[in-house]
Parts: sequence; structure tokens; C-alpha cells
Amino acid sequence: MSNYVINHLKELESEAIFVIREIAAQFENPVLLFSGGKDSILLTHLAKKAFFPAKIPFPLIHIDTGHNFPETIAFRDALVERLGVKLIVGSVQEAIDKGRAKEETGADASRNSLQIVSLLDTLEDYKVDAAMGGARRDEEKARAKERFFSHRDEFGQWDPKNQRPELWNLFNGRKNYGEHFRVFPISNWTEMDVWEYIKLENIELPSLYFSHQRDCVVRDGVILANSEFIKLKEGEEVVNMTIRYRTCGDMPITGAVESTADDLDKIIEEIATTRTTERGGRADDKRAETAMEDRKKQGYF
Amino acid sequence: MEYQDIELLRFTTAGSVDDGKSTLIGRLLYDSKSIFQDQLDAVEASSKSKGFDYVDLSLLTDGLKSEREQGITIDVAYRYFATPKRKFIIADTPGHIQYTRNMVTGASTANLAIILIDARKGMLEQTHRHAFIASLLRIPHAIVCVNKMDLVDYSEEVYANIVSDFKAFSSKLGIKDIQFIPISALNGDNVVNRSENMDWYNGSTLMYHLETVHISSDHNLVDCRFPIQSVIRPHTLENQDYRGFAGRIDGGVFKPGDKVKSLPSGFVSTIKTIELNGEQIEEAFAPMSVTMTLEDEIDNSRGDMIVRENNVPEVSQDLEVLVTWMSSTPIQTRTKVVIKHTTNETVGMVKELKYKIDINTLHRIEDIDKVEMNDIARVSIRTAKPIFYDAYKRNRQTGSIIIIDEQTNETIGAGMII
Repeated sequence: MSNYVINHLKELESEAIFVIREIAAQFENPVLLFSGGKDSILLTHLAKKAFFPAKIPFPLIHIDTGHNFPETIAFRDALVERLGVKLIVGSVQEAIDKGRAKEETGADASRNSLQIVSLLDTLEDYKVDAAMGGARRDEEKARAKERFFSHRDEFGQWDPKNQRPELWNLFNGRKNYGEHFRVFPISNWTEMDVWEYIKLENIELPSLYFSHQRDCVVRDGVILANSEFIKLKEGEEVVNMTIRYRTCGDMPITGAVESTADDLDKIIEEIATTRTTERGGRADDKRAETAMEDRKKQGYF
Repeated sequence: MEYQDIELLRFTTAGSVDDGKSTLIGRLLYDSKSIFQDQLDAVEASSKSKGFDYVDLSLLTDGLKSEREQGITIDVAYRYFATPKRKFIIADTPGHIQYTRNMVTGASTANLAIILIDARKGMLEQTHRHAFIASLLRIPHAIVCVNKMDLVDYSEEVYANIVSDFKAFSSKLGIKDIQFIPISALNGDNVVNRSENMDWYNGSTLMYHLETVHISSDHNLVDCRFPIQSVIRPHTLENQDYRGFAGRIDGGVFKPGDKVKSLPSGFVSTIKTIELNGEQIEEAFAPMSVTMTLEDEIDNSRGDMIVRENNVPEVSQDLEVLVTWMSSTPIQTRTKVVIKHTTNETVGMVKELKYKIDINTLHRIEDIDKVEMNDIARVSIRTAKPIFYDAYKRNRQTGSIIIIDEQTNETIGAGMII
């Protein structure tokens, strides 16, 4: 490009790659937290670019709740195979079986918060000192306050009132024994940036993100996929709908949107005109006004 | 696709709760359709439950529990919006004195600062502080918004007096580009749309200015600086001899074929390729992340810097630095610290405390024996190994350091090299 200006996507890419390379350089045992959602797929793509022609020099960690979409698992396995990168799976079912975590009960039961136990156990088992994730500041108000390099104490907790100041592009990853960092290379990306970049780079995504037919249950205005993990409440019925997902979490808590957008151009057009946030369909955020902050303090992603 | 070819502008806003900062940000987000209906619903519900009879837009930005409880902004919050012309990142920083460190943090990456002044109150102590920090951190552009013009009957005289007061103060600061705009964030005058209440104002609206201010020369394109982050060695059969230097360009323009010098070794070589993900790049400049390969096998590692043979940075173990102190533990002479500079890290020691700057009068306070939280002071630092630097005013990346406590690992200071 002339005039020595790079466009906003290239600038965000450059920033993210810088941060990913800093993680690899500053930590002994970094990992990439892979959820199977578009943001962690994007992050994996950026990590590949950062170290090419070498392979990604750290493993991916996936916390498997046992309630994942089958599409997510299939996509994950194919991606790992293609990149030749190591995959570590932390199992929520295992944590429950061992008595480390207790299954929630009731119709709205979810394994979302149970992930915290498996995540922290897995990080400890593998002596992880930096876990990078695809969280973005525009997603949620507590995340808007998050640093690129976010310090966690030995209990995995976040102290939002006492965060290290982060200046220029000088990232301080120094820590004491037993502490670790969460690092968020795509902090400054918005949902629109993610989709435009996916299109620009032609990044492959699970089919869930594109319009498809599915049996659904509408609960409190949120469209949920009907699955073995969902108990129908009185008066609820299963309806076949044309939907797609804007985010991908567990089957029982991720809300879909009614949509006919079946390619990237249509999705970008849809996002440009939509009036609700992408986490608007996440039942896990609706438990309290500060649900995300509360979970993050405990060690959530 | 045309939308992809827009630039990114990072700006900071500084002001107290009463200046209408949240209202202004709320308006920019709302008028650019960056607030979603569910966010607005949540803020409305929350305002109502607090017993307010208006929608408190500050609830959009104040995300932490303690912020909501106390009704103040504690930490830097980042906000995002886009227009067809540009994408914006707002570093929204609190204005209270005890949070100077957050203002400095937000300012360190900004292209532009919005300084808000309440038209009824004029220049306040904190206006001085905001302007001074913007100049200290060398934010290239500043917009002074004289807000709440509706409460002074849109008076040209009130506006003109504030502008002249500000200019009298800022002439000592050296901010290159300052614009003044009379606005009412509440009613939207001169924010996105031109005001019908201020015929006497012929300048542009805030949004127009944000969309058009010339930022392509904000990076240094003269002095070639490439700090090495890491060395890429694939160890595969097809890439056995590959040795790439990964990093982000901090200044100048690099091209394949350029003669370069490596610091600290002083070895000279020629750039073979500049690439990313296997794609060749013809010209690389700040802030691009690239991988560089050289014609000769040179033993570079993290913390080294690739520069042009005939344009090298300063190389020294003695740094003269303006620091903002961010820790409740003061610095004294002989304090031992860790210094981070570009991708380099070394230990250092504070040799001399020269003076503090009174942020309101800009006067120097000499004969000091310690520098405390939120102080801005000039100090001399001796490092254990040589640092390759430029003056901060010449290059914000190669001229900045952070100071880290050796024991606690906290970031305790930010420094700009003189």
C-alpha cells in the first residue's frame, strides 16, 4: 500500500501477532485456549502466521464440557491435524466423576461455570504459565477493562481493581511461582473486524456459523438447539427453524439467531444492521448484571 | 471491498464525571450506531433501578462492580466504533488525580486526545493535567471540546475566553496540532451534526475532525528500527537453514536488498527477504509485524535490533528519563529495578533524582529525595547492559521504557527517554 499506511485489519493483525510472539518469548509453558468458536479459530490462524514457516510452538487446550456441538469437536480435530499442533483436552465430565465439580440441577442447569474447575486443573497439571484466549474487549463490559497481559494469582483469580498498567507495546509478563497470565491478543478486535478478517483471509469455520435448519426450543426469548442436554419445561415445544450461531459455547446455553445468511458476505451484511450484541443470546451472561466479572474473578476465560 | 481499506484511529478522552465525558462517548457510540439495543435496554433498566429519571450513559462504560457502586470510573475502558471512513478505539480514562497512571496508560498508544472543558467552569486544575499528560506522552493531535455550550447560551465570548486561556497554557507544552470545538454533548451540537445554535463557529464538527485528521505521519518513517522479538527456526527438512527474525517495525522503511547493521554486535548484512506467513513484503514500516531474513548468518537473538548502517540509535547504559511513577512505594536513589525497553530487558538502578514537575504550573521542583505515586520527575538511570534508544520525541516506541519492581514484578513506572 502506498503512503505508508496500513488499513485497520492489517494493524489489528500486526498487533495480535506481536502479542502472540511476546507470549512465546516471555513464557516457558504457554498454551492457546481453544473453544472451537470463531475467535479462537482466528487466534489459531494468527498464531500460525506469527511463526511460519515453523509450526505453532505451543499446544492448544480445549475444555470439553461434554455438551459441545459435535460440529465443534470434528472441526477441532481436523484443524489440529492440519497444523500439526498438540492438543490437550480437559474434561468437565472427568472433573465431575472425580468429585472436583458438582453438576448443576434444574431445567436451566449448565456446565458453563464447571469449566472453571477443569480449566484451572488442566492449567496446573501442565504447569501452564500463560494461557492465551480469543476474548475481545467489545464483547462484554467487564472484558472492556481487561489488559492484553492479565495477571492471575496462584488461585487463578483476576483482581480487576489492581491491574498492572499497560503502556505502549511493552508487556510485563513477570510473575512469581505458581501465578500465571491470561493473554488476549485480539483484545482490540470487534465482531465486525473478526468477520471481515475471516473473509479477507478465507479462514475456514464450522458450519454452525452459517444458516441451517435445526430443531430448536425457544426459552426466555433465546433460541436453543434441542439436544439430549436440554430438559423441556412445561409449555415448551420443539420447532424446526432456520438459524445460525454468532458465538459458539455449549449447546444448552448458546442462543442462535434466525438467519438466512449462508455465506460470509451475507453474515457481514447481517452484522452491520443487527441491533443486538453477539453475547445477547448467551444465557450464561444473563444470570446477573456482573455475571462475567464474577466468573472472571474466579478464573473463567 | 472498500470498507476494509479504512484506517484505525486511537484516541483518549480525559475529563471528570461532570464534564460530560460519558455523555459525549455515549453520543459518539449512539450516533454511529455502535450501541446495541440490548446494551441500551440493560442501561435503561439499571438507571431506573437506581432511581434516575434519565438514562445514565456512563453505565455503558463503567463495567466493574465497584465502579457501578461508587459511580466512578476506576480503570481505563476501551470502546470501539466505526464509521464508513474510519475505525476508532477510545481509551476512556478516569480524570481523578489518583488515577494519573490510567491517563498515562491510555495516552501511550493514542494518536489523538480529546480534552473536555465545562464551558461554565473554564480551565480547571485537571484540564492542566490532561493537557500536560497529552503533551508529555507526545500524542500528536489534540481536540479541546468546550462542552455544555447550551448552559452558557451558546456564547461566543465564553468560548473565546476559554480558547485563549487554553492557548496561553498550552504554548508552553508543544502539542503540534490543537483544534478547538464548542459542543453540547447532551444535545449533540457540533458532535456529529453541525450546531444550529452557534452560527459564529465556522470550524468542523468533532466527528468530521476525527474522521479526517491526518495520521499517516504519526509513525517515524525516517529512522529504521527493527527490534527482534524472537528467532524463527523451523527445524524441518525443507527449511533446515531457515533463520528468520520475527518482530514489529518501530521506525523507518525496510526493503529487501537494504544494507543493515545488527546491534549490539555491529555486524553488517543485507536484507534477503521480508515476509509474513510465506508472503513476500516489498516495503515494511511501522507498525507492521514481519519476519526478516538476512543474506549472512548473523547470531541475532531477542532484544537485538536491526537498523540501517548509516542511521543508528543512541547506544548507552546511562538514560535521562522523564518518569511517571505508578506505585505506592516511592523511588529513591539506588533503587534497583527491572527495565523493559522494546524487546529488551535489563536491570537498572536509579542514580539521581533531578527534579519533579508541578503539573499545574509546569514549574520544576528541585532538591527532591523521593518520587511518589503520580509524580512526574526527571531521573537518571544506569542500566546493566547498553540500551539502543531514540529520544521519545523522535520515536515513541524506541524512546519509551517501563520500570518493574524486582520483588513484586509490578509495573511501577513509565519512562520517556530524553
